[in-house]
Amino acid sequence: MIEFQAVTKKYPDGTVAVDSLDLTVDDGKITVFVGPSGCGKTTSLRMINRMIDPTGGTILLDGKDIRESDPPLLRRGIGYVIQHAGLFPHRTVLDNVATVPLLTGTGKREARQKAGELLELVGLDSGFAKRYPAQLSGGQQQRVGVARALAADPPVLLMDEPFSAVDPIVRDDLQQQLLRLQSELDKTIVFVTHDIDEAIKLGDRVAVFRVGGRLAQYDTPSALLAKPADGFVSSFVGRDRGYRALGFLTANGVPVGPIATVKVGEQAGSLDGDWAVAVDADNKPLGWVSKQSAQNGEVSADNLVSGGSLFEVDSAAGGTSGSLRNALDAALSSPSAVGIAVDAGGAVVGGVTADTVLAALADARRSGEVPT
Amino acid sequence: MNVDWPWPWLPRNIDDIAEATGEHLYLALLPVLFGLLVSIPLGWAASRWPIARGILVPLAGVLYTIPSLALITLVPLLLGTKIIDPLNVQVPLAIYTIALLVRSVSDALIAVPGDVTAAATAVGYKPARQFLTVELPLAIPVIVAGLRVATVSAMSLASVGALIGIGGLGGLITEGFKRNNAVEMVVAIALIVIIALVIDALLLLTGRVITPWTRARQRTAVKS
Repeated sequence: MIEFQAVTKKYPDGTVAVDSLDLTVDDGKITVFVGPSGCGKTTSLRMINRMIDPTGGTILLDGKDIRESDPPLLRRGIGYVIQHAGLFPHRTVLDNVATVPLLTGTGKREARQKAGELLELVGLDSGFAKRYPAQLSGGQQQRVGVARALAADPPVLLMDEPFSAVDPIVRDDLQQQLLRLQSELDKTIVFVTHDIDEAIKLGDRVAVFRVGGRLAQYDTPSALLAKPADGFVSSFVGRDRGYRALGFLTANGVPVGPIATVKVGEQAGSLDGDWAVAVDADNKPLGWVSKQSAQNGEVSADNLVSGGSLFEVDSAAGGTSGSLRNALDAALSSPSAVGIAVDAGGAVVGGVTADTVLAALADARRSGEVPT
Repeated sequence: MNVDWPWPWLPRNIDDIAEATGEHLYLALLPVLFGLLVSIPLGWAASRWPIARGILVPLAGVLYTIPSLALITLVPLLLGTKIIDPLNVQVPLAIYTIALLVRSVSDALIAVPGDVTAAATAVGYKPARQFLTVELPLAIPVIVAGLRVATVSAMSLASVGALIGIGGLGGLITEGFKRNNAVEMVVAIALIVIIALVIDALLLLTGRVITPWTRARQRTAVKS
């Protein structure tokens, strides 16, 4: 457990980066510090491993004042992932990951073996081990950065805007991977970002900072969206927070209706209605096709209209695994206004429409599932 | 042109030439090595504290502009060394080397990316080990470039010592001039150039061998 007690960081020029911060980071959870530039979120993070020392207050790590620890030794017990990964350019990927075990006196062979296991854990095959960081993409470098932070198996992991410098698709991958790792490892993670969507996606709890280093609200993501503490939080959380709040409601009540499908290679003339989902041999969706787009010819990969997002239902278990947000987005992003529902294997099982999602939301409100 | 013209002077004087060459290397290379060892802590200080940089870098620039002949004749007066002491040449050469390398070392250390040094601190390096195993290795390419310039220029400047009677290959040049022996002068000059080129090539090669990561970068296009 990490406890901030009235922690203040004031610079000699009078700038207050962090102003009397009281906050407790729970063990085994992801706590996100989020806020605009200059709100003190990174300063607060860096005070945990003494990269920056506070000018007032106390930080306790598992009940012990961190000022009692020698900074290098304290840091070896706290994983750290930095923006742009900060890998050592002159060391191979494997030796980068082995850094902390080598610092703490683990033998070279053992440290490298452990490093190899970690590369696998973060989804990099052994072919990357002998490469240098400059030979990796930004996303791959960031995976190595996460592996390096985990190498000494520290209970605490600090992540300083780790995914902000990669493109959105890679970022999504890295975020999913972090959540997967966390479900296996149960680390105490403090994660800094300026992106409220990332904070809501990853955080078990989210601390919103305001400029001047003051804590504006510290809450679960759903409570943050439903009940922002004040005008600053509600404007920071964003205009479409009502839409994003749908992401915390399961789509169990949304009926999955029938949907027209046509296999690639069949004649478009056989289409009944306006739109049908073109599917491959495994019934996986490839896109949408209409009589118009196919010009009454054969349905092929060339004459498809690209589809929207997919809504995943777990039909085997009888429930659904998607959220109301997934269901609504599938419907809204579809050219036919019917969202494609797929099972866990990706095969088309039916369609959802926006009005059924809104009806399900109304039901959830009535039954008190939606915090008001 | 008579291609045999260095003969018979060359075989007859081969021992003297070898001795002069050895002396030349001793005069030129020892100060470079010493200068490198001094430049690393000075360059580190200049990279770390702006005040140190503000003093050391301009001072190095000024020192480098002092004519070598002036420095070589001044050193015995300042150090109290005998007029034919090799130190009279080696001390000025060490000064020139330091003047060149302080700036190289400090620039190279400043160029180490901030997120790399921050990451090194964050994973728990202590300052001395961080400098020796992270920052200094990353500075090698720039330091080697500076070292090559310093070495070649020391090889050439060492000949000036002949003017105050401290030989090396420069001694052959002045001797050839006095005796009106063109062969002796040409052989000495050619040897200085060839040895400088060989040492330069060795430094280039060594620099490449000990920094394999710089070539890895060139081999593979960096995807973002």
